Amino acid sequence: MCDAVSPQKVDVLIIGAGPAGLAAAIAAKEAGAESLLVLEREDEMGGILRQCIHNGFGLHRFKVELTGPEYAQRDVLRVHELGIDVRCGVTVLDVTSDRLVTAISKQAGLTRYQAGAVILAMGCRERPRGALAIPGTRCAGIFSAGTAQKFINLEGYMPGKKVVILGSGDIGLIMARRMTLQGATVLACVEIMPYSSGLNRNIVQCLHDYDIPLLLSHTVVDIHGRERLTGVTIAQVDHQRQPITGTETYVECDTLLLSVGLIPENELSKKADVPMNQATQGAVVDDSLQTDVPGIFACGNVLHVHDLVDFVSAESFKAGKAAAAYARGERRKGKMIRVLDGEGVRGATPQRIGLPQTDDEPEPIQVLFRPACVYENAVVRVLDGQKEIHRVKRRILAPGEMADLTLSPKLLGALSGQDITIHIDASEGVCAWNS
Amino acid sequence: MEQLITCINCPIGCRMTVDVEDGKVVSVTGNSCKRGITYAAQESIAPKRMVTAVVYVRGSRMPLSVKTSEPIAKKLIFPCMQAIKALMLEAPICMGDVVLRDVCGSGVDVVATKSIGTVPLTPEQA
Repeated sequence: MCDAVSPQKVDVLIIGAGPAGLAAAIAAKEAGAESLLVLEREDEMGGILRQCIHNGFGLHRFKVELTGPEYAQRDVLRVHELGIDVRCGVTVLDVTSDRLVTAISKQAGLTRYQAGAVILAMGCRERPRGALAIPGTRCAGIFSAGTAQKFINLEGYMPGKKVVILGSGDIGLIMARRMTLQGATVLACVEIMPYSSGLNRNIVQCLHDYDIPLLLSHTVVDIHGRERLTGVTIAQVDHQRQPITGTETYVECDTLLLSVGLIPENELSKKADVPMNQATQGAVVDDSLQTDVPGIFACGNVLHVHDLVDFVSAESFKAGKAAAAYARGERRKGKMIRVLDGEGVRGATPQRIGLPQTDDEPEPIQVLFRPACVYENAVVRVLDGQKEIHRVKRRILAPGEMADLTLSPKLLGALSGQDITIHIDASEGVCAWNS
Repeated sequence: MEQLITCINCPIGCRMTVDVEDGKVVSVTGNSCKRGITYAAQESIAPKRMVTAVVYVRGSRMPLSVKTSEPIAKKLIFPCMQAIKALMLEAPICMGDVVLRDVCGSGVDVVATKSIGTVPLTPEQA
């Protein structure tokens, strides 16, 4: 039946009103997009920032430290000022490669939109227990760190009293402090890798401050409890991340928080046949954040998981501006070259860049990537084909902190037209960690 | 007296040794830049932290997020949390409103970091 209803036309349709969607909407409106629609599944704008009540957001963008809700509110106010139509409580069910969007909500039922450009800004999701293959019982008391954060900060419930945290991602570290301040005892933060994937600041201010041990090269090998969790078994792991027999220790606890990684939420992108990048688990995009499906753009954590919201906003402003231009009928001309991951580099984004045209002054392009492991005194090299065209020294590179590299207008102007590769040269440094 | 401090200014995370005599920094070693010295001095003599938490609001389904308006002495974190937990607020509350003055004699206020029951967040909620 719904197929008989002709879809409503919009210039730019944005899926998600988290930090990425809001920034993209602001930029698209400011770039002249006439009809603009933002669809948000939750009842409020702000996305994950709503539950991130800690501070430390906005240092790059606003030069002040804000809490998550305060950061979100700045964009929400701007969205209101610009009169942007944001519809909350609306779930997008389908996106096609020719930008037909189907959504459902209590208020409007099933609705369809034909968009001039679509911006994917759905964010990411936490890796669940099922993805870890930890043996043991399936009792209550096991939460992803973000779920526990939502319970405490948005709903006012404490999920437990004696806590072990598996994984040392930033949300896990933040929750170690949050649970401690709220009266729980956090017994340990257990990390399978020989280094933490969290920000250094969080290790100091969330673990050290409260004397919470960080057990590197350790993991949870068993889960105990019938109805509710009663304890976990922790063991040390070897270089292949296999538990070492004889190192097992039983830890009594009622709560296990999982902070074991984030995965971009790309179900809708896949419906629109958007090609994905294996390393980022997000879309393949060019330097305007356009995917390989014309008119569909992606930004924020749905594209690749960021550490800092400031960089999400910066990326999303670019996507919003480019989507508005696409909806106006502007098309990119000229040759695209690929940006490839070399040694030590994971998920360099964007994966394609447009060669500058003779009549335009190229803007610098920032390439973001994750180092494959911890490098000290490393050299990041850019190769044009086989020829080195740029090198920068980095005192330290770690998987927990996204690295960036700027391709200057001069560099872009001199590109030969072959694919470029980004390498981390560890020959002058080591792949190591000093703790 | 020697203290071990991990610098938080950048991902290097230098392990610094700070020598403090009579409440004054005598020497800092292990840092790789000037920012380390500033941080080590602050952290060894008078460490401070921002405190963020949530407070119940009568009649509201969601608690209100709050923060100290400035960092407070690290040793006041738990007393500050106790004072915040004892609060029960009444809506409406606007982002930036002071919900607790001079928490634990720190001279720092606790302020709301979101609004409850004031400006509608979306047109549908109006």
